[in-house]
Amino acid sequence: MPVLAYANPERFARLARSLTPWLLGSAVGLLLAGLFLGLFLAPPDYQQGDAARIMYVHVPAAWMAMFVYGCMALASAVAFIWKHPLADVAAKASAPIGCIFTALALITGMLWGKPMWGAWWVWDARLTSVLILFFMYLGYIVLWNAIEDPARAVRAARILALVGAINIPIIKFSVDWWNTLHQGASVFRADGPSITGSMLIPLLVMAVAYNVLYAALLLIRMRAEIAERRLRSIRLGLEFEPK
Amino acid sequence: MTDWSTFFAMGGYAAYVWPAYAISVVSLLALAIASWTWMTRAERLASSSKSAEETAPETKP
Repeated sequence: MPVLAYANPERFARLARSLTPWLLGSAVGLLLAGLFLGLFLAPPDYQQGDAARIMYVHVPAAWMAMFVYGCMALASAVAFIWKHPLADVAAKASAPIGCIFTALALITGMLWGKPMWGAWWVWDARLTSVLILFFMYLGYIVLWNAIEDPARAVRAARILALVGAINIPIIKFSVDWWNTLHQGASVFRADGPSITGSMLIPLLVMAVAYNVLYAALLLIRMRAEIAERRLRSIRLGLEFEPK
Repeated sequence: MTDWSTFFAMGGYAAYVWPAYAISVVSLLALAIASWTWMTRAERLASSSKSAEETAPETKP
């Protein structure tokens, strides 16, 4: 079946219904494996000791914060260009998930910063740009709820998502462009990961777990959104029926 | 077998490591439960009003 057939929200909802349990199950399994690897099997860092274990919840959350925003911006672009009926639904459904991942990146980062840097927070370029990302997510969510007219809300949301995407490369390269207290990249480097395998594997398992969890939550929230839109149009249809 | 008290002490960083893990698990779990509840409720409402519409007499022009 061609991919475009899933542009039909009802057909998409059916596919999502069959995929949801598998994705949720895999996410839980991978999360348990990742937590076990990170807490039990990974060695303590030679400098940071066991505090380095915060990495296994901090780094994947930060990656997801950026990845989910990227997906949101991409979906908004698709919605703009091809008027794909599901693209706006995908973007709207992603926002709260990305917002939670960003909050987790910030909070676990503070919990890591305090023992390592001696400060919960510093206004360096990495931390500040991620804080801006968090407010972009919040603004996007508020915007959807603030504008009554759905056609105007959808337009404003697309524009906000696209404009905010400028922040993503700024976050990624902030550690190279500015002199940050936050360390530089140690996995996605031009010369390969500089982190040892026994720490890299738990990190990657957690990253895959977070990605699968995002996929599962995205489908669940898209199904909810589609059902709500259907409900709205049924109610509108009933209201306009001649009595 | 791990010595559990050593494990929970996290080399002196227990006050930072455990809250980081706890808040990650709790907030993702809460998001999953909230999303699931919203989805089941919305789908139930949509399907029930859809069937109500279908059983209603044809009034559309």
